[in-house]
Amino acid sequence: MVRYTLQRLGWALLTLWVVITVTFTLMRLVPGDPFSSEGKMPPGVYENIKAYYHLDRPVVVQYVEYLRALLTFDFGPSLKSDSITVNDYIRDGFPVSLHLGLQALVIGVTFGIMFGVIAALYHNRWPDYVSMILAIIGMSIPNFILATVLIQYVAVEWGGLPPATWGTWQHTILPSVALALMPMAFIARLMRSSMLEVLRQDYIKTAKAKGLAQTIIIMKHTIRNAILPVVTMLGVIAANLITGSFVIEHIFGIPGMGEMFVKGIFNRDYPVILGSTVFYSAILIFLVLLVDLAYTWIDPRITVTGESK
Amino acid sequence: MIRKMQQKSCAIVASVLLMLILAVTGCDGNRSDTNASANILNVNNSSEPGSLHPAKAQGTHESWPLRHLFVGLTMKDPDGKVVPGAAKKWDISSDKKTYTFHLRVGQQWSNGDPVTAQDFEFAWKHVLNPATASDYAYQLYYIEGAQVYNESREKDPAKMKALADKVAVKALDEKTLEVKLVNPTPYFDQLVSFYTYYPIDKNVQESNPKWANDASTFVSNGPFKLTEWKHKRDLKMVKNESYFEKDKIKLAGINWAMVEGENTAWQMYRAGKLDLAFPLPGDVVGQLKSQKAKDFKIAPEFSTYFYRFNTTKKPFTNAKIRTALAMAIDRTIITEHIAQGGQKPAYALVAEGARDANGKDDFRTVGGDYFTEHVEQAKRLLAEGLREEGLTSMPTFNIMYNTLDLHKRIAEAIAGMWKQNLGIDVGLENTEFKVKIDREHKLDYSVARSGWVADFSDPMTFLDMFTSISTQNDTGWKNKQYDAKINTAKQSSDPAIRMKVMHDAEAILMKDMPIMPIYFYTKPYAVKENVVGVYTPADEYPILNYADIK
Repeated sequence: MVRYTLQRLGWALLTLWVVITVTFTLMRLVPGDPFSSEGKMPPGVYENIKAYYHLDRPVVVQYVEYLRALLTFDFGPSLKSDSITVNDYIRDGFPVSLHLGLQALVIGVTFGIMFGVIAALYHNRWPDYVSMILAIIGMSIPNFILATVLIQYVAVEWGGLPPATWGTWQHTILPSVALALMPMAFIARLMRSSMLEVLRQDYIKTAKAKGLAQTIIIMKHTIRNAILPVVTMLGVIAANLITGSFVIEHIFGIPGMGEMFVKGIFNRDYPVILGSTVFYSAILIFLVLLVDLAYTWIDPRITVTGESK
Repeated sequence: MIRKMQQKSCAIVASVLLMLILAVTGCDGNRSDTNASANILNVNNSSEPGSLHPAKAQGTHESWPLRHLFVGLTMKDPDGKVVPGAAKKWDISSDKKTYTFHLRVGQQWSNGDPVTAQDFEFAWKHVLNPATASDYAYQLYYIEGAQVYNESREKDPAKMKALADKVAVKALDEKTLEVKLVNPTPYFDQLVSFYTYYPIDKNVQESNPKWANDASTFVSNGPFKLTEWKHKRDLKMVKNESYFEKDKIKLAGINWAMVEGENTAWQMYRAGKLDLAFPLPGDVVGQLKSQKAKDFKIAPEFSTYFYRFNTTKKPFTNAKIRTALAMAIDRTIITEHIAQGGQKPAYALVAEGARDANGKDDFRTVGGDYFTEHVEQAKRLLAEGLREEGLTSMPTFNIMYNTLDLHKRIAEAIAGMWKQNLGIDVGLENTEFKVKIDREHKLDYSVARSGWVADFSDPMTFLDMFTSISTQNDTGWKNKQYDAKINTAKQSSDPAIRMKVMHDAEAILMKDMPIMPIYFYTKPYAVKENVVGVYTPADEYPILNYADIK
């Protein structure tokens, strides 16, 4: 297990290096310049700014310097903001995105599993139809539409919750719900089909034959086995949710990481693009690793490469 | 085995609960959303300021809050006129090249330090220091020695100091500042109200160069002082009791949200979380205008929406063809049905908002329109132009615009009008903003959307963009006569001559038509009816200094 984990960590670092190198190269190939604007900046001013951010040095030197700084977890300055570094952006933005993402994840997973289980247990009966209609609606309605509807009716018309920005727990409710809709619908559908498959397995019939209580069969044997595909997807879903959804963060004016990432690209803010990419990749790789390790915990039949049986 | 599974189930349930608790309790719950009773105005700055240091600020997200934190030597009154600010008066030499500003006595920084002429001299030289890398350093190039210092690549500190000493801004004493200019610049009194010309507290800058990054160390000399800056969340400022005009400041403070989405900000305004909404979403502007909403205002804006032609690319090399295209669109349809914010159709480059030589009439009123919309004449001009270019029909080309729904809809309308009126097939090309700018600089386009928001209220802010040496021309158009007129305007100390040659220059530009004016912008905004005293000079965002909540 230790060897497997170390091996995976090694691959993770290699993957990160590839991501950094590819991103660094692509950034320089994209047309546009971090300091270009419709303004009247004369060449002398432009040269001063390039020198200030060391962008007048050869690209290879910039690349090596970036990697060296990264070893000390220094993501560099933002080219568009003198008052905040990329580290500040991540330090300030990530907890917000994490908070929103975790809340959405809890809502999505809890209700997704619940609807999926209900649908499977009441297969081809009205709770199944209702759950699946809700799931289809959830998958069909883009979250920005739901977000707009929630703001319009819940925040503005009813006035029950704040329409946007971040600060109190009330501010978190509408964006969490909007963000949770899609994963909730996805998990519900996945859980339903997985449950149906498990319910047909022989060991469930054996458990019933042994006279085990229905609740125990469902909780211990069915859900536990049916949840594996959901867990598989959880890493990616969680990484997407906790690193910030640009659309939801934009609509609700939430100071998370999603907006930083997209604005970084629009502004050609190289350190911001690289910083957010590296950070996002690290989280994704870490979560995928966690999911793989969680497999062995949930299902002891799964073993890792090289481990003796 | 069962016990183990129970433990795992418990662990999962506990984790879920923990996350829920974290989610519910993880925020500070004491935030108040409305502050009307405390006389605090809530507005939206749209985005995080890149910097609140006057030397490093570079756009509206910085300049709007800065306008309320600082005051320059001069400022704009509600009529848009330049009035004394930190300077109580100023003398101008007979050659109009030396300005001597006399500062008000008793002015203090928000930390209690006295505001001195040395602070201004220090601040301006700080902007010009190449190591500061100020985007707007060129706004100070009007000062003798400024450009040489800013563009110097000298490494020797002693030589750099010598260059800095040659920059002709000098504190003659604590309250007197002398500035020598390269050319007579009649709008210099306006320029010194611009944020790059704001003073900074010399002592603070020298002891803590990062003072502007944090509210706790922020020092300013304006009507308000910064008390809180939560990055990407909000800015809070309260009345500065050290400000020389403090008796005229009624607000206790201003809270600035940083919500990027115009629609979201509008919903916040509707929900009572904002007192002023600016800018407004396009469809909301049309709706409010047609409803004649009482809280809806349309303020003037000194800026122009136009299309560039790439005059190096056939057939846009031909002025008759460019003019034909300009004459064949209906601007009123665009302003009334697409932009919908009370914009005015433009038949010249310089927008309304700059006074002419007599100091009363608007430059635009004096200059008038340079062309008319006339489809038949446009057809004739197009045919002549095509013949001159050896073409039988107009080749297909694209309108390039940056991603924004309004630009798209305007481009669609113009393409439709050109098709209908001139029989030309036009494609649309949506590009990302930075790509558009890059391609414009490289002259890799046919027709491109553009716009210019003035930096100061003088026609020169528009006109010097199209000289042969301008880095911003981006049309490939060069005209020696035009350059000569602009040079005369820049060197002349006689307002009558200046204005005349600028009118002449604009006439040359509109005759050759390297750009096609479409409309003059406006500033539509909404402000709650209980808020009074907000004013909007044509070249500024709404100013809240004298606002009050009734």
